Amino acid sequence: MSTTPALELEGVHKSFGKLEVLRGIDLTLAEHEVVCLIGASGSGKSTLLRCVNVLEPIDAGRIVVAGEEVTGRGVDVNRIRREIGIVFQSYNLFPHMSVLENVTLAPRKARGLSRSVANGEAETLLARFGLADKRDEYPDRLSGGQQQRVAIVRALAMQPSLLLLDEITSALDPELVAEVLDVIRELATGGMTMLIATHEMSFARDVAHRVCFLDAGQILEEGPPEAIFGSPREERTQQFLQRIVAAGRM
Amino acid sequence: MTARGSSESRAVAIAVVSTFVVLAAIVVVVTQSPGWDEFKAYFLNWGYYSDSFEEIARAFLVNVKIFLVVEAIVLVTALLMAILRSLPGPVFFPIRALAVVYVDFFRGVPTILVILMLGQGIPALQLSWLPTDQIFWASVALVLVYTAYVSEVYRAGIESVHPSQEAAARSLGLTRTQALRHVVVPQAVRRVIPPLLNDFIGLQKDTALVSVLGIVEVLRQTQIDQAATFNGTYYLVAATLFVLITIPLARFTDWLVARDRRRQQAGRLA
Repeated sequence: MSTTPALELEGVHKSFGKLEVLRGIDLTLAEHEVVCLIGASGSGKSTLLRCVNVLEPIDAGRIVVAGEEVTGRGVDVNRIRREIGIVFQSYNLFPHMSVLENVTLAPRKARGLSRSVANGEAETLLARFGLADKRDEYPDRLSGGQQQRVAIVRALAMQPSLLLLDEITSALDPELVAEVLDVIRELATGGMTMLIATHEMSFARDVAHRVCFLDAGQILEEGPPEAIFGSPREERTQQFLQRIVAAGRM
Repeated sequence: MTARGSSESRAVAIAVVSTFVVLAAIVVVVTQSPGWDEFKAYFLNWGYYSDSFEEIARAFLVNVKIFLVVEAIVLVTALLMAILRSLPGPVFFPIRALAVVYVDFFRGVPTILVILMLGQGIPALQLSWLPTDQIFWASVALVLVYTAYVSEVYRAGIESVHPSQEAAARSLGLTRTQALRHVVVPQAVRRVIPPLLNDFIGLQKDTALVSVLGIVEVLRQTQIDQAATFNGTYYLVAATLFVLITIPLARFTDWLVARDRRRQQAGRLA
């Protein structure tokens, strides 16, 4: 049994100018755990993920990934980022590269793999997620769902120990959401440690071991999905979930 | 189909007629001018044109050599300058400031002055280890000026690549330099090829300015011939040579722009 948590956040604060986006976040993820962050737009979900990946510097607190503090001085952020995959709402594929090149760029340049080894690994991953026939296509020839699946494969090609998903279905047409969520379900079954910001409540209930409700930069309530969705304690959580139900999103 | 076809052929007919009318008007005005006969003898002498063409074309090769070398160097130096100017953070402030001063200076001073200052000034230093070749210093002057112009083109391209592209590259563990080299710069360069070629057309014409140093290139050769015969037809020869080079490049640029637009539309339809 592993004792080192996959991810630990202690008192994380982050402001953009005068706007306090994160106001003291404490959160621990065990290995193989899947945690969903829910909450209204602007509650700090995306910022939290970007801070974990050191895309945003934090103002106070500590972030520890697999026992190593990423927010300390003199930390090699490039090495840390190789351990943490992130997938964005807007895919952010490289438009001037084919699917295969998108997936193999980081393994070749950051992991130092040869082209043939990187291609082999990429083709295995693409096949696993039903994208084998798209390897030579360019991103703008793919549907949104296919692009997002390529973005997930691109993150997985770095063999991360932790995967961050930032509202990865929010930019998709409704009929394309399922194919992307299926990929995440498969990863959860396979034991991938994931921190997921999402608006898909039924998906969160389905896949998460734990759900955290973020409100105004703080984790107001957390617990197993049955508890959060079934009998939320906090009034703000109840209001949020009622609005979601009223909007037909649950 | 027939309605569209007839309106198209109507448009063509109108274009042909109006072009013909305008040309005819110009021909009439010019040929009826009081000095037309003298003008014709001075500028449009076919004998001088055909006799001098080969000699002037040979001198034009000097211009071609200069712009080919200068273009190849500027492609690299301007990109470096643009990257220096895009370096983030307070540490790089001095480098950014120097790059801004450089670009401001060499865009602000007339090219002909830079050529004169380098071409006459540096040999005057009498430093034996420096080259004294005038073509060398004229080329250096053109590199300095066009590096400033073209670096601004590159910089616009780099800034047009959305920051999320760099974020995606960095999030995969690539270093800043790797993200720049493999993700940002390739996209930036693709976008700026048309304005970049536009600057190169300007550079090709500006090679005529090196004649102020006495280098026998196309303009100087033309002036020598004109002074010997008191006939201006040679100017027309030089103009012909420039146009033979610059017009294909301009059409090529148009074709690249049109191709990119077609590709983007094809991508969106898919």
